[in-house]
Amino acid sequence: MAGGEVSAAVATRAEVCAVAVAECFRGDGEVLASCFGTVPAIGARLARLTFEPDLMMTDGIASLVADVVPVSGEGAKIPPIAEGWLPFRSVFDLLWSGRRHVIMIASQIDRHGNHNFACIGPHAKPRAQLLGMRGAPGNTVSHPTSYWVPNHSPKVFVEQVDVVSGVGYDRAAAAGPSAARFHEIRRVVSNLGVFDFAPPERRMRLVSVHPGVSVDDVRAASGFELAVAADVAETRAPSAEELRLIREVLDPEGLREREVPS
Amino acid sequence: MDKRTTAAAVAAELRDGMTLGIGGWGSRRKPMALVREILRSPVKDLTVVSYGGPDVGWLCAPGEVRKRVYGFVSLDSSPLAPRFRRARETGAIEAVEFDEGMFQLGLYAASIRLPFLPTRAGLGSDVPRLNPQLKTVRSPYDDGEELVAMPALPLDVAIVHQNRADARGNAQYLGPDLYFDDLFLGAAKRRFVSCEQIVETRDFAKFGSLHTLRIHRGLVDGVVEAPGGAHFTECPPDYGRDEAFQREYAAAAKGEDAWAAFRERFLALASEDAYQEAVRAWRGAK
Repeated sequence: MAGGEVSAAVATRAEVCAVAVAECFRGDGEVLASCFGTVPAIGARLARLTFEPDLMMTDGIASLVADVVPVSGEGAKIPPIAEGWLPFRSVFDLLWSGRRHVIMIASQIDRHGNHNFACIGPHAKPRAQLLGMRGAPGNTVSHPTSYWVPNHSPKVFVEQVDVVSGVGYDRAAAAGPSAARFHEIRRVVSNLGVFDFAPPERRMRLVSVHPGVSVDDVRAASGFELAVAADVAETRAPSAEELRLIREVLDPEGLREREVPS
Repeated sequence: MDKRTTAAAVAAELRDGMTLGIGGWGSRRKPMALVREILRSPVKDLTVVSYGGPDVGWLCAPGEVRKRVYGFVSLDSSPLAPRFRRARETGAIEAVEFDEGMFQLGLYAASIRLPFLPTRAGLGSDVPRLNPQLKTVRSPYDDGEELVAMPALPLDVAIVHQNRADARGNAQYLGPDLYFDDLFLGAAKRRFVSCEQIVETRDFAKFGSLHTLRIHRGLVDGVVEAPGGAHFTECPPDYGRDEAFQREYAAAAKGEDAWAAFRERFLALASEDAYQEAVRAWRGAK
């Protein structure tokens, strides 16, 4: 890749997050990259334009698209080139076959990676009805899943989620080999840092903090006791080329800065 | 056989307590004219099965829906459906919630007369806790996998909206996705299609390829010509979503007074024609 790393003072927090999301897809090859949220959409496109050129993407309707569609600006208005037809029924077939990596937004997530975006409070009469189960139960036991949290807080990183929509490691293990067979939570990216679920504990573990964030900041913003890697790194800054792609090609209007204000 | 009928006749098929399946997806190609007719009818305590959008939100009026079976309820361009949200948060309706894919398998099982279909989806999540009737099944083969046995979701009545249909009940979709309309029809005892336009059978080929004829007359008991019948959801290529009207609905749905006024203005009307006229008047006044 052209250009060295850009200093953290140059890249915004949202741009650092986009690169951290792109890194979630490293090594995935020819799988469907499905994303929810603006920063994940930028991150997946960035991965495809750089180190994961074989990733597959959809237009969010029923087409697989051959080109990389920007999330804002004039380029976002150009109808993409369809390379395939992927109606909802085929999406289920594809995800059950495992050829997909999804990034879902977490309204709540616990240390085992159990995820909730269905509702807050008791299911029979929730305090807040959110999205419902959507495809999270099937996604998480069928193919790799990562999570995006644009607003890291103790309300999101909770001791126990109110409803389990996406399956975490403890629940997958307890549900038996069929649940665990294809289960993988690759990573959690928040506006503060990057987390994994390294074996053998399979507990959420802080692996890097974004520039300007301390380990204590992340601890204070989490509602459970975080595992912390022995050598917590600083999340890598975007290269000059990555920054150019984000700013000039993928998101010229800066929608990312609304999702993660610096 | 001529299966042409009216929205009122379709609504009259429904009895209190029946299970109604509604095709489309979110705020996409929903049979809204038929939903509006159901709102005009006295039927109550329906169980609604739907990849939900405003159909579910509108049917969540007190008494209309007792129980909802769903994978989600969304307006697409606004991800949370406001009336549904309110009905859930006040405990007004009972929710039976599956993963979206499980839901497809339940309709598919019903449509091919199987008691269940096995799936990995649901394992480990709270779907089994929230649906204690769900059971697992063990593979009889060497793998011995234990999977969720998603039960068939049989329907009393199904309604879907298509772009074109003929008088015999063959129907054509011209947009990018059929969604699961064929499965809703296949899972139901009584099956109804509304469409933008009823055409001669020979004219289907003028509108789209053979592949767009996914609903054959063996799946359909009645056809209703309802131009604009998916409004305000999208029905491409005939029309897109009426985003301005959807915003009007979403804003009104947040408060009880505004919702009452919205109902009065658009839903408590005598006919579909009156609804379309009210929408035109609203658009003109803007």
